[in-house]
Amino acid sequence: MSAAMIESGLEAAIRAAAKEGRLALVPFLPAGYPDKDRFFEELDQLDQGGADIIEIGVPFSDPVADGPVVEEASLHCLELGVNLGWIFDELAKRKGRYKAPLVLMGYMNPFYQYGFDKIADRAKEAGVAGLVVPDLPLEESFDVRKTLAAGGVDLVSLVGLNTSAERLAEYAAVSSGFVYFVSVLGVTGVRNALPDEMLEHLKMAKQAFDVPLALGFGLKSPEQLVPLKGLVDAAVFGSALIRHIKDGGDSASFMARWK
Amino acid sequence: MKKGYFGDFGGQFVPELLMPPLIELEKACEDIVPGEAFQNTLHELLADYVGRPTPLYLCRNLSKRLGFNLWLKREDLAHTGAHKINNTMGQGLLTKMMGKPCIMAETGAGQHGVATATAAAMLGLDCIVFMGAVDVRRQAHNVRRMELLGSKVVPVESGTRTLKDAINAALRYWIENQRTTHYCFGTAAGPHPFPTLVRNFQSIIGREARQQMMEKVGKLPDYVVACVGGGSNAIGMFHEFIPLDSVRIVGVEAAGTGEPGCYNSAPLNLGSPGVLHGMHTPLLQTEDGQILPSHSISAGLDYPGVGPEHAELHASGRAAYGMANDDQALDACLELTKVEGILPALESSHAVAWVLANKDKIEPGADVAVCLSGRGDKDTFIIEEALAARESKEKRS
Ligand SMILES: Cc1ncc(COP(=O)(O)O)c(C=O)c1O
Repeated sequence: MSAAMIESGLEAAIRAAAKEGRLALVPFLPAGYPDKDRFFEELDQLDQGGADIIEIGVPFSDPVADGPVVEEASLHCLELGVNLGWIFDELAKRKGRYKAPLVLMGYMNPFYQYGFDKIADRAKEAGVAGLVVPDLPLEESFDVRKTLAAGGVDLVSLVGLNTSAERLAEYAAVSSGFVYFVSVLGVTGVRNALPDEMLEHLKMAKQAFDVPLALGFGLKSPEQLVPLKGLVDAAVFGSALIRHIKDGGDSASFMARWK
Repeated sequence: MKKGYFGDFGGQFVPELLMPPLIELEKACEDIVPGEAFQNTLHELLADYVGRPTPLYLCRNLSKRLGFNLWLKREDLAHTGAHKINNTMGQGLLTKMMGKPCIMAETGAGQHGVATATAAAMLGLDCIVFMGAVDVRRQAHNVRRMELLGSKVVPVESGTRTLKDAINAALRYWIENQRTTHYCFGTAAGPHPFPTLVRNFQSIIGREARQQMMEKVGKLPDYVVACVGGGSNAIGMFHEFIPLDSVRIVGVEAAGTGEPGCYNSAPLNLGSPGVLHGMHTPLLQTEDGQILPSHSISAGLDYPGVGPEHAELHASGRAAYGMANDDQALDACLELTKVEGILPALESSHAVAWVLANKDKIEPGADVAVCLSGRGDKDTFIIEEALAARESKEKRS
């Protein structure tokens, strides 16, 4: 059974935003941040504040694709005792609460130890529609993709500035939900300016994929989204949101700026 | 078998952004490394610069006492004092021939950092080395050496601030600087093609040892033994002997203090399969898949993972993997120094310690070849500290 045969909740959520003539907003917050209780208040605010999809970070001790802001937040959540079991249990208690479909973003090892079949099993009760696994490139992804698809969970592909046309095509052949375009040749963390070469590569990616394209890594302010209209379908912001909360803000005020 | 795998182990678990440089490197491994230009230059450098072949020395005094022949493959006599230089000259030359102006490395004890900085100085490459902030303090001597060699040393302040975090930092740096920079991985681990590339450069150890044994005694060794951190000196020693069934292959992991539940550096013996630093391999980890801190008296073995080829040799049973703890390694280090006049690195001392601990099981008259991966000058400070700690513990009890 191919993933494309089931209607992807993620794709639908982004298409719905497009119908309203806007970019879909995809905030990222590490599970349990800033603490285990407030995390769910933030989740409510994100959902009510206009998030089209919410990415929940699964903490890992060695996050190689992340910059200092996400790494620090993620290590903090580990200290609070956040793990996948807790995430699924807590989300299951809140089933049906969120308009936005949820995506878990985390590194391979915690998912692998928990078991992808178990993730596929529990996804529905927890409202999890997809996984983003930054250290799972195409070559290693086929079995995982199949296992997740059986539970109706999309494995979101990541591509970037150095992904060749051939690789884009290979990703296009297997991708579902949406595709995550990494805006910089670098790790997560806000950048004042996005690279010049990005637009050209975005065009290439846009052509390669039928599924929607989300831009992420490095987004700092809503103004950065203006020139991206028509080139991408969604914007992901993580470090900027974490910083906002760390500085005493909440998700509602953050979302108000980006809407 | 899947590309880049040794049985179930290995692979390329890296961000997509690192796939293009890994694919580029894979291609360079196929196109450049086997070529005459590369091979001739490397051969010359290994002979005249590194000082190969390194001797195979029969321990005159210890062998008598043990009742079998203890041979040491003297990688401690290679330039910069460890086997690491075999790999860095190879990868340094490759960097040059790939047309990249910069080379970058992670380091734990600083041996691989020094070896990379040396290759860079000699080949005219810019060099940057990532080192955990804890290790920068523990191994200040090597930091100064790297700086004198013209390298930039970046202390890594994230995570446990040791080798694993230095690797994370190096991978992050590589994502951003892949166009100009080659990542000179320090051990036979990490994403494909590093485990194979590093093994190819290190397997000269075992090739020489085999030839030297044949010349000296006309037979193969009965045992080959090496310490296993990431596994580069060990796979370098072992590879030649894998198809030779009569040769028993023994890797030695660091057991840490050896007390139950202590942090250690023995993922093959005490870990479970997982994914870290681009590979599927045994790891020290929690049930949730969080990587545990490792510990060993030797900074070079202080790593929570192991190269995938060792994982497969372990799984298939072709090689056995034992352990030596901090105390045993320290004793072996002192013994070899006093009895043979060779001060071994604390890493290499783990291999010697295994032999000493198993001396009654080894057949009389057997030939046991140990890879003495490095010299111990860098460790004198740690040895003194450990001896002082031992003394005060004895006083207390
Ligand atoms: C002398 C020496 N031996 C052994 C090692 C462990 O590395 P590997 O297992 O890759 O040989 C190191 C690492 O720093 C070292 O310096």
